[in-house]
Amino acid sequence: MKLTMTTDPHTNHDHGGPGNSDRQAELVAGLLAILPAAQVLHETEDLRPYECDGLSAYRQLPLAVALPDSADQVQAILKLCHRLQVPVVARGAGTGLSAGALPHPEGLLLSLARLKAILHIDPLARTARVQPGVRNLAISEAARAHGLYYAPDPSSQIACTIGGNVAENSGGVHCLKYGLTVHNLLRLEVITMDGERLTLGAEALDAPGYDLMALMTGSEGLLGVVVEITVRLLPLPERAQVLLAAYDDIGQAGAAVGAIIAAGIIPAGLEMMDNPAIRAAEAFVHAGYPTQAAAILLCELDGANEEVSQEILRVRQILLDSGATEVRTARDEAERLLFWKGRKAAFPAVGRLSPDYYCMDGTIPRRRLPEVLARIAEMSAAYGLPVANVFHAGDGNLHPLILYDANRPGELERTEELGGKILELCVEVGGTITGEHGVGTEKIDQMCVQFHPLELTQFHAVKAAFDPAGLLNPAKAVPTLHRCAEFGAMHVHANQLKFPDLPRF
Amino acid sequence: MNQDLTQTLAAQVASAQAEGRALRIQGGGSKTWLGRAVCGEPLTVGGHRGILSYEPTELVITARAGTPLGEIQAALAERGQWLAFEPPHFSPAGGLGDEPFKADPDDRPSIPDSQRHHQGFAAFKADPDNRPSTATLGGTIACGLSGPARPYSGAARDFVLGVRLINGKGEVLRFGGEVMKNVAGYDLSRLMAGAQGTLGVLLDVSLKVLPRPAVELTLVFDLSPAEAIRRFNQWAGQPLPISAACHDGERAYVRLAGNEAAVRAAQARLGGEVFAGDAESFWRAVRELRHPFFRQGSAHQPGLACQTGTAYQPGAAPLWRLSLPPAAPHDPALGPQFIDWGGALRWVHSEDSLWSLARAAGGHASRYGLAFVSQDAGAAGGGEADAAGAAGAASPASASGAPDVPGTQGPGAGPDRTKARETVEMTDSAVFQPLPPALLALHRRLKAALDPRGILNPGRIYPEL
Repeated sequence: MKLTMTTDPHTNHDHGGPGNSDRQAELVAGLLAILPAAQVLHETEDLRPYECDGLSAYRQLPLAVALPDSADQVQAILKLCHRLQVPVVARGAGTGLSAGALPHPEGLLLSLARLKAILHIDPLARTARVQPGVRNLAISEAARAHGLYYAPDPSSQIACTIGGNVAENSGGVHCLKYGLTVHNLLRLEVITMDGERLTLGAEALDAPGYDLMALMTGSEGLLGVVVEITVRLLPLPERAQVLLAAYDDIGQAGAAVGAIIAAGIIPAGLEMMDNPAIRAAEAFVHAGYPTQAAAILLCELDGANEEVSQEILRVRQILLDSGATEVRTARDEAERLLFWKGRKAAFPAVGRLSPDYYCMDGTIPRRRLPEVLARIAEMSAAYGLPVANVFHAGDGNLHPLILYDANRPGELERTEELGGKILELCVEVGGTITGEHGVGTEKIDQMCVQFHPLELTQFHAVKAAFDPAGLLNPAKAVPTLHRCAEFGAMHVHANQLKFPDLPRF
Repeated sequence: MNQDLTQTLAAQVASAQAEGRALRIQGGGSKTWLGRAVCGEPLTVGGHRGILSYEPTELVITARAGTPLGEIQAALAERGQWLAFEPPHFSPAGGLGDEPFKADPDDRPSIPDSQRHHQGFAAFKADPDNRPSTATLGGTIACGLSGPARPYSGAARDFVLGVRLINGKGEVLRFGGEVMKNVAGYDLSRLMAGAQGTLGVLLDVSLKVLPRPAVELTLVFDLSPAEAIRRFNQWAGQPLPISAACHDGERAYVRLAGNEAAVRAAQARLGGEVFAGDAESFWRAVRELRHPFFRQGSAHQPGLACQTGTAYQPGAAPLWRLSLPPAAPHDPALGPQFIDWGGALRWVHSEDSLWSLARAAGGHASRYGLAFVSQDAGAAGGGEADAAGAAGAASPASASGAPDVPGTQGPGAGPDRTKARETVEMTDSAVFQPLPPALLALHRRLKAALDPRGILNPGRIYPEL
């Protein structure tokens, strides 16, 4: 996320209200009884690196930062904060894109980055037991010697931590076939706000009682702090092969995706880019993309050698039959990686076109894609803000990238308004406001659109079952009904808008 | 037969909540035995049925919870898709509603007919025991049931995309959605998988569906149980299209599924003998616990009303389901075992309590075929659930016609006696592995968050929930 600006409406440089210096002193004294002094930060210049996550439009200094390096320390810190009634915001690598790890002005920022040990890899049972600060890619790197890997691969996988992946239920390019984070977890060790340590899930394939592991996954740090994770490892596929298809018409590209799936093929990756995204990526990495195409599809197949050979021919034919103007098969591994390089660099590539860009994360039923893209184009024109689209086509997860310049007065606000409208459009066609980036602070108002007040009330009741005082990551993920009333949002569900025939922007 | 009973059911739940009456959620009745008996008036949900939407190219189906599982499977099979978690029906008749798989005749790979997975159906239909399955979608998801494909394709929970439900206050709520990726709000839809209706009455469920593999082939290996466990785990760590692996005490069976090239390549690599009989019937019997191994005990007791006491047949040992880390060593001391899920499930008949053994091995146990609960145990939960539990539990365990159960006869005489009896009953009536106290406390708070008066299937999983 490239969001730097001089006048920032979301930045708060204060430590909250009066009396906070006493609160800070009390908290720091408590922390120093648990951690060495070097692992407790409270001077403003030391807190600064923690003021935002990957969505840097939102900034806030916490009262203090704690850097524990053991689960026992995390437990002691949570007990301390529970006793002092100090809010706690957990943070991994800070790569999140929804300001989910934005500090609380009266709270502790709990960094889990030092808990970065890979505790055990069991090649026979195909599991890895790791601490939350371990980087996503580091798990696959450690497992590779055994012919295994950890499947979910968010694009930030070099930097993002597995603990953050659990908090956000992260996806990635391969999740249509291999699932989200929740599908690749076995067991979580969690500490609740009152300092109780719990085991959720098991190294067996199920566990007694409610599936709290699934509930914890994607809960954005509001229900507990994860201190240990057991993930499932998969065998590395024997072979992967990628096809690139170009289309004059984005609707045809969308139809091709449906045709591949209707043929009984689940590609390992299935990505679409529209023309602005293609041109930006090509100018940046020279992947050989056809820059005149309205859309390109990248379709990766993996599996046994013989299987991939057979399927690649079938997919190639489907792509041609669906109206592709050109279909290329990567000749070798180098070309396969080059095809992907353009897609993986799409965000920074778009970033080169404009001083700032804003990445959205809606999911839609795939068949609604042509209609949604047409409406996004209309809105883009109405707001005078260009939009490039990158689409996890296999699973309907759309990333419109709004190009803007934060130095132009009011442009960030208009960008956020356009982003909000795009998300509301996703809900209107039966989708959701966030496929993989989380609600965090950023999309909290759009939650009022996606959910009925009774549903939001139910979420708050679930939160209270874990954290009655509401100390874990307050004011994130689930809006209060009061906030929704202020936002003036209308809950819409799958086309059940009033006056659905009226044009809307 | 499509019918929307949302308003009726919500009104029933709301009025039960207002009066503190416990409800026993009743679908097709096929899985009543799969948990503790519930004392409460029936809430009949089977009439709320019908497929609401099915878009094969979106890989999503949405149906009302009372829709017969077989109806859903038939609709998917028509489009060459299926529920990849291979849910058991556990229908009392043992029958299945799934229609013969209609593969596109032009798209058939050159696999001998005896090995095509749809061939098994004809043989199965000839089974005189076959009657339509009563299993419903809602019961399948509420029980969180997955078949032999579980280790390779995922669990029921993994395929849940969204639900509409009635919570314990009679409110109709929607969580999740009909798209593959959705991280807005807490994931209460996946939480419903396995909650057995204790957190909400399922109304509609959206599931991810997948293309059915073009070819299935079952290989048989002469391996000891210990060696089979080792091999299953080793093979699962290699890029092989394995979709099931079990050991029946005599031999190991490995099912391959995928496109023809992948299956052929794996067959060449693994060796073994091609299963001579009807492989689909074999796997169906494994999935439905109708393999002869399971007949030795008392697994399939008919559903029990809460007053009728125990389903335990004297002389037949309870069936234990041990869910363990897949590579956990084989324990010959447990006697004959049926190993499924590539080593992660060990079924055994045992008179002994296996809770601590399962926990020590890194997993947990469930005890089937002993599904009784007394009204006292139902009320033993205390707290918020008390009123409802007691309200639904009217008569003593030793009601007319019910066999006496050791340790539960006679009414309690005073608090001490009551206390002692509760302990015995909780032990005796347990179906699922007891939870550690802190985790149980969290379960109770979560239950109270969704069902404040504890009226939905109270006691179904644990007396306290």
